[in-house]
Amino acid sequence: MNLDLLPLALADGFSYAGLLFLVALGLTLIFGVMGILNVAHGALYAFGGYAAASLVQFIMSRGDPPSILLVAALFVAALIVGVALGCLLEVGLLRRVQDKDPILQLLITFGAFLILDDLQQLIWGGSPYTASEVSGRLGTIELFGVTYTVYQLLLIPIVALCAYGLLQYFLRHTRIGRQVIAVTHNAEVATALGIHAKRIRLITFIVGAILGALGGALSVPTTSLVPGVGTDMIVLSFSVVATAGLGQITGALIAALMIGMARSLAVYTFPEFEVVVPYLIMVLVLLIRPYGLFTVAQARKI
Amino acid sequence: MFAAILSLVGAAICLVLGLIFPWMKVPIIVGLCYGLAALGVTVLMRAGQVSFGHAMYACIAGYTVAFLARAYPGLDGLLLIAASVVAAVVAGALIGLFVVRYREIFFGMLNLALSMVFYSVLGKFYEITGGTDGLRLERPPIAGFQFDRPGYETALLVTALSASLALGWLVQRYSGSAAGEALAGIKTNETRLEYLGMSARRILWNGYMISAGLCGLSGALFVLLQGLVTPELGYWVRSGEFVFIAILGGAQHALGAFMGAVVFQAIQLVGTVLLPGTWKMLLGATLIIVILVAPTGITGVLPIKSWSKPRERKLALRPVAEKS
Repeated sequence: MNLDLLPLALADGFSYAGLLFLVALGLTLIFGVMGILNVAHGALYAFGGYAAASLVQFIMSRGDPPSILLVAALFVAALIVGVALGCLLEVGLLRRVQDKDPILQLLITFGAFLILDDLQQLIWGGSPYTASEVSGRLGTIELFGVTYTVYQLLLIPIVALCAYGLLQYFLRHTRIGRQVIAVTHNAEVATALGIHAKRIRLITFIVGAILGALGGALSVPTTSLVPGVGTDMIVLSFSVVATAGLGQITGALIAALMIGMARSLAVYTFPEFEVVVPYLIMVLVLLIRPYGLFTVAQARKI
Repeated sequence: MFAAILSLVGAAICLVLGLIFPWMKVPIIVGLCYGLAALGVTVLMRAGQVSFGHAMYACIAGYTVAFLARAYPGLDGLLLIAASVVAAVVAGALIGLFVVRYREIFFGMLNLALSMVFYSVLGKFYEITGGTDGLRLERPPIAGFQFDRPGYETALLVTALSASLALGWLVQRYSGSAAGEALAGIKTNETRLEYLGMSARRILWNGYMISAGLCGLSGALFVLLQGLVTPELGYWVRSGEFVFIAILGGAQHALGAFMGAVVFQAIQLVGTVLLPGTWKMLLGATLIIVILVAPTGITGVLPIKSWSKPRERKLALRPVAEKS
């Protein structure tokens, strides 16, 4: 690899890790609280992306909007998709299978994913969608002699770090957040103490869904969406979450950075192995630490 | 007894239908391929594990058939099948060493991740695998005879039917054996299984190889029927279809996988005629309904008894606290 490309590869990886982290954060939060691995998370990512692209195109068609409006449109789209689909999935499906086998819960979300995947193709078709206007508007920045878009180098990582900080603050210092932690530890006792566990689950799921949709929405200015993008994302974000350990929020941040960097280095050195690298890291980590880097060992219950 | 008679009658109906209406041969063989693959997934479901990546083994076997048939033209179809099943089992043994350390969500998702890596690698190395276009192969002789198209299909139909019957019976025998019961014990309580002195990983590993072999056979038959292998054979949607059929049929009896395949094809037929382009949607909706309404599947609803010992006795002995 040409050494001049190294800063570019690192900046690329940094920005990609930001997106990956947002999606993985939603996935790991939902798992941590509800014990469900939400396969439909990939569909939320895709829906968030497509909705954001549509919204940006709609605003652009209405004349010349300020850049801040376009960036806001990404967040609004993610919020709408996250709340709408999150409510639908949690109330319509997950609530009904709360006490069943984890594997049946996994299958239910898999079924929902299949439905949403087709629905997305019915709504937006098979042609690629993008909203490159947004990143074009924000201009470029020069770093170590490499020109980079502000959007990728600053906006995405800042949003990702803000999401991390806000979530940590929410969980530790707000009333509802502390209730979420209580439900995570023991839903039954939490209910006995007067916590409305049902509502807490719904809130958690919606927050997770918004994070997934936000990941998709923030990706459209730099990449184009094609059918199948949801599947790639769910498996990729699972590999981040598994590397970190299911339910580990800080771990997901580190794992996302690791996998994002490794992937972009692979893109610049061995492009054929780009797809394989994240899974290679996951397999290596899991061989040494079977339940992820940051999982605390649990006693076996007989 | 009921199940055995049902299987034989079903097989006879398939054979007669295939001989009377030649156009029925291809859908019946495809259905049997799906049934065999779902049977493989069912083996693991008895252990409480669901793999979302077993189409990979069908794909491995399919490419083995294609590579061998192109390298050695004139090699017998049955030999191709045997070699490709061996390839699938070997791949299953190697990958199994890693995945049997995991359960439930990890098990399912790791299989999915590995199958997706395999799928994209197949697409990338164009010189070897033909990329997304796949590889074509000539019609090989079967059991020494070089058939024309209709004869070839009949020969494949007979092969697929007899393999399904034999393997269905063998899987039932396996389920009733000590090893099979131990496999089901992984679902009930793995820790107790280990206290009995058995290695849960090794038992699951054996089951994993069996399931990889069954999926491999399914892939080999499918590729021989089509005369073409593409990476699509290992796509995640196909793995999802296998899981779907296995859930639909239920894990109580080997017959379930094939009954599930029949229903699956009926849904597919209705879907392509009435609601084109909504295949995954239809699949997902049915999956959700089955899980909510009848999570034990067809064989759980029908009066088909498992060959293993009656369940009631085990239930009576089970202590109240059952959370691990």
